[in-house]
Amino acid sequence: MAYSEKVLDHYENPRNVGSFDKDSADIGTGMVGAPACGDVMKLQIRVNDQGVIEDAKFKTYGCGSAIASSSLVTEWVKGKTLDEAMALKNTQIAEELALPPVKIHCSILAEDAIKAAVADYKQKHGAGGEYVACQPVEEN
Amino acid sequence: MAIDFNQNHFALFGLTPAFAVDLEALDRAYRELQTEIHPDRFAHAGEADQRLAVQWATRANEAYQALKHPFARACYLLLMHGIDAMAPGHAPMPMAFLERQMASREALAEAVANADYDALGRLEKVTRNEAERLLADVAELLDGRQDYAGAAEVLRQYRFLEKFLADVGHAYDEME
Repeated sequence: MAYSEKVLDHYENPRNVGSFDKDSADIGTGMVGAPACGDVMKLQIRVNDQGVIEDAKFKTYGCGSAIASSSLVTEWVKGKTLDEAMALKNTQIAEELALPPVKIHCSILAEDAIKAAVADYKQKHGAGGEYVACQPVEEN
Repeated sequence: MAIDFNQNHFALFGLTPAFAVDLEALDRAYRELQTEIHPDRFAHAGEADQRLAVQWATRANEAYQALKHPFARACYLLLMHGIDAMAPGHAPMPMAFLERQMASREALAEAVANADYDALGRLEKVTRNEAERLLADVAELLDGRQDYAGAAEVLRQYRFLEKFLADVGHAYDEME
């Protein structure tokens, strides 16, 4: 199958590949998998005290479209609030990357991943979307 | 003789719907049915009968394939209970499971990069063992406990490992 130029660009030069410490208080981790194709995607966000996503990283094992979808999402969510990130739709991803119908599920996976990451962050900070400033924990 | 197109796959071969099937009985029933409905036997029949014979053969083959392989059989049984196990929108897979898959993928990439056959072999063995365990769980959930939602969840994990094992196979090919 021929990939679009934008998919190829993200596939060959993926943005923001890597990991944050998932146990850190300011990190939200979303991990999703697609059983049918065996894809596994990890998307992480670093959130500041104002509830704004300052940085994002991803690690995806899967096809080019799955890698491109997650790479694109990490670019998009930087500078966004958690609510804005939650509003991200897979159709926007699919449109931006010109994904063919058989690859739409890759964009859904990326949407699920960012939602899971936001949910994970919110859970760490108490449900209800209250962004309590976290105090650094002294470790001895 | 005729195939009832409304029959389920199991009934077509005279089997009781269950994950545990007698594969020899399935093979036998399939061969018998095949002989009975082989399009060659309808060579002198009218055009309509010939067409029907082809449809029967297709139906029988489809049913046989769906029952022969454990994954397909479990999927089909779940469909009979109204669950499409592979449809998107199911509950997310457990985090710990996905973390292990991520680690396996990393180990696979490393083994390929280092052309490390031993590491690849270990990875294959560990995954195969886990896949077998999951399939045994699926059998127990389907036939023993009739917990179809639970079986679907484990089956999705099994599918993941099956896909991973296929990729391990490709890795062997690439390293040769």
